Amino acid sequence: MKYTITKDPHEDERVQKIIEISGQNIFSCYQCGRCSSGCPMAEFMDVLPNQVFMFLQEGDVDTLLNAKTPWICAACFTCTVRCPVGLDLAAVMEAIRELQLRKNYDYVDPYKVEEREELPPIAMVSNFRKFTP
Amino acid sequence: MAMKRIGVFICHCGRNIAGTVDVKRVAEEIGKREDVAFSTTYVFMCSQPGQKLIEDSIKKYNLDGVVVANCSPTLHEKTMRNAAARAGLNPYRVEIANIREWAAWPHEDNPEAATRKAIRIINATIEKLKANASLEPIEVPVTRRVLVIGGGVAGMQAALDIADSGIETILVEKEPSIGGNMFRLSETFPTLDCPQCILTPKMNDVGGHPNIKLYTYSEVEDVEGFMGNFKVKIKKKATYVDWDKCTGCGECLRVCPAHVDSEFDLKMAKRTSIYIANEQAVPLKALIDENSCIRLQFEKKVKEGKIKPKKNVKICSKCADVCEPNAIHFQNNEEIVEEEVGSIIVATGYEVMPAEAFPELGGKYPDVITALQFERLLAPSGPTAGIPRRPSDGKIPKSIAFVHCVGSRDPQNGVPYCSRICCMYTIKQAMLVKHALHDAAVYDFYIDIRSNGKGYEEFYHRAKEEYGVNFIRGKVSKVYKVGDKYRVQGVDTLTGRIVEVDVDMVVLATAAKGSSTVKELAKKLRIPYDEWGWLKETHLKLKPLETPVGGVFIAGAAQFIKDITDSVSQGSGAAAKAMALLSKPQLEKEPLLAKVDPEICAGCGRCKDQCAYDAITIDPIRHVSVVNEALCEGCGACSANCPTTAIQVVNFKKGQVVRAVDVLAEVF
Repeated sequence: MKYTITKDPHEDERVQKIIEISGQNIFSCYQCGRCSSGCPMAEFMDVLPNQVFMFLQEGDVDTLLNAKTPWICAACFTCTVRCPVGLDLAAVMEAIRELQLRKNYDYVDPYKVEEREELPPIAMVSNFRKFTP
Repeated sequence: MAMKRIGVFICHCGRNIAGTVDVKRVAEEIGKREDVAFSTTYVFMCSQPGQKLIEDSIKKYNLDGVVVANCSPTLHEKTMRNAAARAGLNPYRVEIANIREWAAWPHEDNPEAATRKAIRIINATIEKLKANASLEPIEVPVTRRVLVIGGGVAGMQAALDIADSGIETILVEKEPSIGGNMFRLSETFPTLDCPQCILTPKMNDVGGHPNIKLYTYSEVEDVEGFMGNFKVKIKKKATYVDWDKCTGCGECLRVCPAHVDSEFDLKMAKRTSIYIANEQAVPLKALIDENSCIRLQFEKKVKEGKIKPKKNVKICSKCADVCEPNAIHFQNNEEIVEEEVGSIIVATGYEVMPAEAFPELGGKYPDVITALQFERLLAPSGPTAGIPRRPSDGKIPKSIAFVHCVGSRDPQNGVPYCSRICCMYTIKQAMLVKHALHDAAVYDFYIDIRSNGKGYEEFYHRAKEEYGVNFIRGKVSKVYKVGDKYRVQGVDTLTGRIVEVDVDMVVLATAAKGSSTVKELAKKLRIPYDEWGWLKETHLKLKPLETPVGGVFIAGAAQFIKDITDSVSQGSGAAAKAMALLSKPQLEKEPLLAKVDPEICAGCGRCKDQCAYDAITIDPIRHVSVVNEALCEGCGACSANCPTTAIQVVNFKKGQVVRAVDVLAEVF
C-alpha cells in the first residue's frame, strides 16, 4: 500500500468541500483515537473513524469514498461527544456520504425495484437517503 | 580516648524498620554493652521530637558518643550531627548505623535474621565510633569572583545575575561574539519573539556591565586550584586587529577580497576573511581569520620558506588601507591572561549533528539542511532576509518537508535520547515558512509530538488548525533526488501505508549533542561528562547544577539539551549557587580528610598517583606526602593504596575500620 501526495491536502478541492459541508476543520484532529475506541460500529468498519481524519489530512478522499465506513456509521454521535478537540466526526461522515450521494452514487430507479408494492415506504426513503452496500 | 558513655538511638522509621526488625530487642541487646550508657527506640528519629530525644539524652546521661540506627547516612547523618551539636557534643562523635537499607529492607522475609543483623551492624558501628576524634570544620579562604564559561543565553544570564549582586564576573566565550546558538534563531517558540529583539538587550547589558569582564574569542587554557580559590589561564586567540582601536564600522569588510563560509550563518552564507561575527555582535569588533587572509597566508608561507618574495611585491592590505583608526596591524596578538576566581559556571551549550551524517535522508544534497541552518534562512537578519531560498540555486521553495527525530531516539545511528527541543522548533519553523511563503506546502514527518511546556501544546494545535501544516506520523526512511525535486519516502503509521511526497527542500531536525570542545574543558575542570558530551550533574533531580568538584556548577544545555526557558532558569540557578558559595568570607569544609603521618611516610608517591583531585604533592625536601586540605575530598583512595598506612582518612583509620569489619564478619 502506497500513497503519493501530489498537492498540499489543504488545497484539495474535495477536502475543502468536506470541510464546507461538515463545518469541521478536519486538520485539528491530532489522532488520539478516542473516536475509534468508543465507536459501537468500529468493529464492522474497514477504515477506523480516526483514520478517516488521517486520510482526509493526507488529501486521500478516494479511499474514503470507496470505503464501507461512512455507510456503517450509525450517526450515534458517540465520537462527537467524546472528541477532545470538539470535532463532530458524525458530521464529517455525513459530508463524505453527501459527496458520494451527490454523484448519484445511490441512484435507484423506483420503477425498476421489484416487489416495490410490498416494501414499506420507509425502506424506499432510506434507500434514497443512505445507501448500504 | 575511647568512648565509654555511648548512647544508641534506634529508629522505627514507621514500619520500615520496626515492621521487620524487633527494635525493642535490639535496644535491649545493645544496652547490655558496658560502653553503652543508654539505648532506646523511637518511631521517627528524624522528627523534631526524635532529635529532641537525642539532645536531652546527651545532656541527661552525659554521653560522649552517639550511634543512631536508622536509614542511610546520605539522608540523615547531617540531621543527627546537628542535633548532637546543639546538645554540646562534637558532631563527629555521631555515627549512623544503616539498619533500614542493610537489615530491614533486604530481609523482610526473615525478621529473626534481620534483627540479628541489625544488632551486629550497630555493634560494628560502635566499634568504629569509639576511636572517633572530635573535629572542627576546616576553613578555606574565598576569592569573591566568578568565571562563567560560555556566552550563550544561560551563561549570560548567570553572569548578569552574579554581576548585579556586586560580584565581579569573568565571561569567556570562544566565538568572537556572545549570544550563542540562541542568537542564530529566527524566532522563538511558543511566543514567536525574535532573538534579535529579546536577546540583544541582554547582550548589551553584558557588554557594558561594570562588573563583567568579557573575553570573547577566548578559551580556557588551564584550571588550577580548588573551591573558593581557582586559578584560570585564559587564551585570547589572535585577532590581528587592535580591539581597543577598532570601532566596528565595517569598512574593512567591504574591501576584503577573500571569502569563506560564515560560521555564524552555518555555511548558509559567505563572509570575508576580515569579519565581524554578525551585525549586532557584542563586542562589535573586526577580526582576521588567518586561514583565509591572503596577506597572512602569504606571510606564513614566506616564514616557512615555501615561497621567496620578490622585491617590491605589494601584498593585499586593503583592509588596513581603509581602516581610519589604524586598528589592523596583522600582528599575532594571541595572549594568555590569568584570572583568580572562587567559583566557575560552565555553560558551554550544545551542537546539532550535521546533515551529512545522514546520507540516506539526503544529507549529501545541498537543499537538505539541518534545522539550525534553516533558522538562518528564516531569520530576518539572515542571508536570505527571512524568505527561505534553496541553497543550491536560490529558488524560493514551493514545498518543504521537515523530518523529526533524525538521529534522536536512534541509538543505532545517532543518540538514544530524545533531543527535546526539535518537536517545538520544527513546528515553529513550519509556521514561519507559512508566514514567509503563504502558498508553500509544508509536510511534517514526526514519530511523536512532544510538546511538554507552558503554551507548547497550544502552539502545536495552532500550527495544525490555523497554519495549514500537514503532520504525518511516521519516520522517513529515505530522501532522494528526482529531477529538480527531492522525493521523501515516509510512512503513515496511522493509516498503515507508505507515503511519498516530492518537495523542493528538506529540513532535518538532527540530534543535539554537547559542545564538541566540552570534553577537553571538562578534563581541565576534572568534572565528569557522558559519551554524548553532556556534563554530568551530581544528582539528576536534587543537584542538577552541581558537579562533584566543589565550586564548579553547570548551567543550560551543557548539562543536557534544553529550551531557552529552562536554560535561563538554570543560568539564574547556577548564579545563585555561586553567590551562596561566595557569600561568606571563608568556606567551611568537612574535616573528614586524608592526613599523613610524616614519621612513617616514605614518600613513595603511590597516594599521589591515586588521587583524583590532585590534592597530594610530595614535599621535595622532607620527601613525604603533603595533603592540600582544600582539595582533598576524603575519598580514601590514597589510604587504601598506602603500603605503610602513613596516609589515613580521619575517623576512618585502619584500626577503626578493621575492628568494625571484625564484628561484621564473625560467624553468624
